[in-house]
Amino acid sequence: MTSLFERLGGQPAITKAVDVFYRKMLKDPRVARFFATTDMNRQRAKQAAFLTMVTGGPAAYTGKDMRTGHAHLVAQGLNDSHVDVVIEHLGATLAELGAKSEDIAQVAALANSVRDDVLNRASPSGAGR
Amino acid sequence: MTRVRFDTTDVDVGENESVLDALLRAGADVPYSCRSGVCQSCCLRAVEGRAPSAAQLGLPPTLAALGHFLACVAHPQDDLVCARPGALAGAVDATIRDRESLAADVVRIRLTPNAPFDVKPGQYVNLVRPDGLVRSYSVANLADDDGFVELHVRVLEHGAMSRWIATSASPGTAVTLRGPAGSCVYVPGSPDEPLLLAGSGTGLAPLLGIARDALRHGHRGPIHLMHGGRTAAALYGGDELERLRRSHDNVVVTRCVLDGPGHGDVVEGALDRVIAARLPDLTGWRVYLCGHPDLVRTLQQDTFLAGASLDAIHADAFLTRADAPAAPS
Ligand SMILES: Cc1cc2nc3c(=O)[nH]c(=O)nc-3n(C[C@H](O)[C@H](O)[C@H](O)COP(=O)(O)OP(=O)(O)OC[C@H]3O[C@@H](n4cnc5c(N)ncnc54)[C@H](O)[C@@H]3O)c2cc1C
Ligand code: HEM
Ligand code: FES
Repeated sequence: MTSLFERLGGQPAITKAVDVFYRKMLKDPRVARFFATTDMNRQRAKQAAFLTMVTGGPAAYTGKDMRTGHAHLVAQGLNDSHVDVVIEHLGATLAELGAKSEDIAQVAALANSVRDDVLNRASPSGAGR
Repeated sequence: MTRVRFDTTDVDVGENESVLDALLRAGADVPYSCRSGVCQSCCLRAVEGRAPSAAQLGLPPTLAALGHFLACVAHPQDDLVCARPGALAGAVDATIRDRESLAADVVRIRLTPNAPFDVKPGQYVNLVRPDGLVRSYSVANLADDDGFVELHVRVLEHGAMSRWIATSASPGTAVTLRGPAGSCVYVPGSPDEPLLLAGSGTGLAPLLGIARDALRHGHRGPIHLMHGGRTAAALYGGDELERLRRSHDNVVVTRCVLDGPGHGDVVEGALDRVIAARLPDLTGWRVYLCGHPDLVRTLQQDTFLAGASLDAIHADAFLTRADAPAAPS
């Protein structure tokens, strides 16, 4: 089966999705503060990496990368509610770009699967990645 | 733990340390300015060991292939033996041709490279003083047409390079130019695209260069040049802006001061507020932002939220040593 990444149109589509998704995040007072100090020039690449990863495209991130990448945000109070916001905007972004609801559900599941890593806590199953 | 050697210094690089930090801690004399991987002052070359690729972003591929890397963002996997960039491809000797004061604290220098030097307006060059001090400055003119490189330098009270330029770099002085670097340049091919060029202080230099480049390419869409300063005295370049505006129907000039009052064509207000009021919707615009790092950061977010695509926002923050993340202890 092709990945949603491919069905959406690969890297060019992701580039477009970055604009839509990142604008939603920055406009949302529930999460905007986590992006206040990040360098916008680098954000583009990081957001693209995020979207590539959660749509099942070629991404080389491990659970450990997700832990180190978000540790400083956890220290600033990152919690489950913020992951929910990410998943909410992610769904709305993909819907705007014409993704089907099954695909959106699949992406949400993928994002959820790294929740414990992003939030730097032991996964309930106790299994390492 | 990796070990780094440079000149007579031999030092272990700590867990969260950059090669630059480690070398400075050990007393080595490595030039640096921004400590953020932007200005390229701290460029070194790995003569033994592999230069970390993450520290080569923004370097021309030719230099990267020769093992050049930016020490301030280098966290190497291998032990390294480093050398100065030395005879860099793209480094040319240059002579100061003239120097003129543009405002109380801004000087313009024009330099004649002694060999062909291919730089686009809006890019920056690294100016190397005879003793090795390096700082980045943005190019304000069409250097290929003009045959010289024009820089605008804000003179800081205790600024090592800017003071030297203002007081000692008289015509005839020899320096070296390295680079160019940066992608804050006009993108030909969309002549009807509206352009916003905004910046503070000497951020005007690259913006003028980009505007001239756009006009040279026959750009037809509106070109909004917006320059902000703290006081009216900081708003240099008024005559040049006025000339551009008079000779091109599509050029709109706005100048604003933070510490009012406005006068003539100068409006009172912070640059970000003035932009938000005059250009609330930037969907489909291309945006260039240069100058003070805080302002550039604010405007990057604001213009993005106002509809400009991330791909269409070009920015050069004029980072100085004062903005550097952490000073060596
Ligand atoms: C990509 C890029 C492009 C640049 N383009 C330009 C340009 O076109 N024109 C230009 O003038 N500069 C430009 N700069 C900044 C320039 O590279 C130097 O950092 C600047 O000229 C200061 O160097 P200096 O040696 O005079 O001061 P330094 O000796 O390096 O340090 C200056 C000291 O002065 C103080 N200081 C620093 N900033 C300020 C400030 N804003 N106000 C008051 N005090 C301060 C601090 O104490 C600091 O330690 C650019 C920087 C970058 C990264
Ligand atoms: C839902 C699961 C999530 C996944 C899969 C994910 C994935 C990623 C990836 C791949 C990167 C790029 C890392 C890099 O290249 O350095 C990244 C960076 C980032 N993420 Fe997440 N993320 C998630 C949740 C969140 C949440 C909830 C927030 C905050 C609201 C957040 C904020 C950030 C920020 C600010 C960065 C950039 C950090 C920096 O600039 O260094 N992420 N994320
Ligand atoms: S790039 Fe390293 S000090 Fe500026």
